[in-house]
Amino acid sequence: MTLTAETESDASQSAVAERVRKIREAQDTGVSRAEGWRRRGPLLPALIFMIAVTQVPFLFTLYYSTLSWNLVRPGSRQFVGINNYVAVVQDRQFWSVAGNTVILIVGVVLISALLGLGIALLLDRAFLGRGVVRTLLITPFLITPVAGALIWKTTILDPNNGILNWVLSLVGIGPVDWIGQFPLVMVMVELIWQWTPFMMLLILAGLTSMPRDQLEAGRVDGATAIQLFRELTLPHLRRFIELGVVLGAIYLVNTFDAIFMMTQGGPGVASANLPFYIYQRAFLGFDMGQAAAMGVVVVIFTMIIASFALRLIFKSFSGKEEAA
Amino acid sequence: MTTTAERATATDEAAPVHKKKSKKFSPWGIVAWLVGLGFFFPVFWMVLTSFKQESDAATNPPTLFFTPTLDQYSAVFDQGIGPAMLNSVFATGMSTILVLLLGVPAAFALSLRPVRKTSDALFFFMSTKMLPVVAAILPLYVIVSNLGLLDNIWALVVLYTSMNLPIAIWMMRSFFLEVPGELLEAASLDGASLWRSVREVILPLVSPGIAATALICVIFAWNEFFLAVNLTAVNAQTMPVYLVGFIAGEGQYWAVLSAAATMAALPVILCGWFAQNKLVRGLSFGAIK
Repeated sequence: MTLTAETESDASQSAVAERVRKIREAQDTGVSRAEGWRRRGPLLPALIFMIAVTQVPFLFTLYYSTLSWNLVRPGSRQFVGINNYVAVVQDRQFWSVAGNTVILIVGVVLISALLGLGIALLLDRAFLGRGVVRTLLITPFLITPVAGALIWKTTILDPNNGILNWVLSLVGIGPVDWIGQFPLVMVMVELIWQWTPFMMLLILAGLTSMPRDQLEAGRVDGATAIQLFRELTLPHLRRFIELGVVLGAIYLVNTFDAIFMMTQGGPGVASANLPFYIYQRAFLGFDMGQAAAMGVVVVIFTMIIASFALRLIFKSFSGKEEAA
Repeated sequence: MTTTAERATATDEAAPVHKKKSKKFSPWGIVAWLVGLGFFFPVFWMVLTSFKQESDAATNPPTLFFTPTLDQYSAVFDQGIGPAMLNSVFATGMSTILVLLLGVPAAFALSLRPVRKTSDALFFFMSTKMLPVVAAILPLYVIVSNLGLLDNIWALVVLYTSMNLPIAIWMMRSFFLEVPGELLEAASLDGASLWRSVREVILPLVSPGIAATALICVIFAWNEFFLAVNLTAVNAQTMPVYLVGFIAGEGQYWAVLSAAATMAALPVILCGWFAQNKLVRGLSFGAIK
């Protein structure tokens, strides 16, 4: 009886193995067209939807960028070729805003990644109430960004009644108009507050997925904590940190809520980033042609940076799979 | 000698006798608590302020002890928060459902041994996420307006779906990759019973992942502001837009603003707290695979 059972399970195993082998074969030589389409079938609705909703509008943006078109002057719409782009390149405010955007993204991503790393290391040890602390820590990521920015602007950073100035007054530092004097920095602080939990969660996942025996072996061998961290922990964490950086940057490119709520881009355009500046041009200035051209320029920049970033993610993933 | 050796290799968790005590009073634990409380403080202060009278709200020094009142919340409700809340629930719920309907099959297809074009498709999905929304907002505004969908919640439903779909596909794909390879391939080969085998075998395995993905979608959709503020006015405004409208009206009245902000943020905060583990799994699985 045992023999029959074994042969049966052997038979079914080899049947599956046979199927897998056939698939791999077909893979290498190229799958039959029908099979290929059947594989891709479930993908199509999502693909078509995304193309329709994202690519089509962008094509329109390209078209608009070649027009001189201001919404408050109906009938003034006319083709002007690349005039809008020339104007954009010559617009000093545009470049200053572009600079703000880069500073904002790089600053927020780097600092929140570092902070996230530190906090994740703290949370990696067991202590009383660790779960509660983690719950407290993820809250800034959950709160509606406009609500969070509102709270920062009013109750914390207000020059007269804000908490920050009150705390500083206890050590004798006079009231500071934080948002007035350091608009971009304050927006960045709020964003760092919001995004550090995200980085922390990712890095914490990396820490908990790390095999402990290597660390134990290292400790027994007499390695210091810093050495252990640098040689063992950090390389393992690298892909988690990279993922956090890339995802964070993707979302931060579109940052709008904090600026809208805290500074309205001001004073002037000191704290405006590209999305806010384009928003101003389009919806407050009604200059669709110019705004469209700026949008295209932003897309070009983003694609250049994104192609590097995507290569990084895919390389990091496939590298890990090979190593594993 | 044994004692010295024990002490030499002792960590926080080493000596069982002292384990509980050092777990409680570990200095790093205290630092962690301080950091946690610090990060939480603005939210705490927001909720606290929402229970104050206006005279207690914007004071110097800040008032910590006061008689709480529900006046602010009743003021917020009087101003008609109901429609905005419903709109947010509808936009978030519908778009998440659509994301799952479109994304689960797509993630399934992408997690099988890739046919030549499927990695391109994955690349494409991720790249749509990298295009700044602001580049598309103008034609979106024009298209939506021409379709007569301005100030219509369905416009937001469609756009939120497109906003969340790439991340959802990526996350769910990583969960599908966790399923043993033979199951996936057997499902794809079984032709007529494909749907059944997917439904009965594979979906239960990835349902925690789907829940995590849904949670992420809910968070991003509920909190979305840019599209909502530009494409809605009165009828379809969502909670974030409502909150901003509240400010324009109320100006310096911090207590009632805090109440409105709390109402706007509370649903997602509670969701995230209670489904915390799913959230962590969702985010980290995107990293692990």
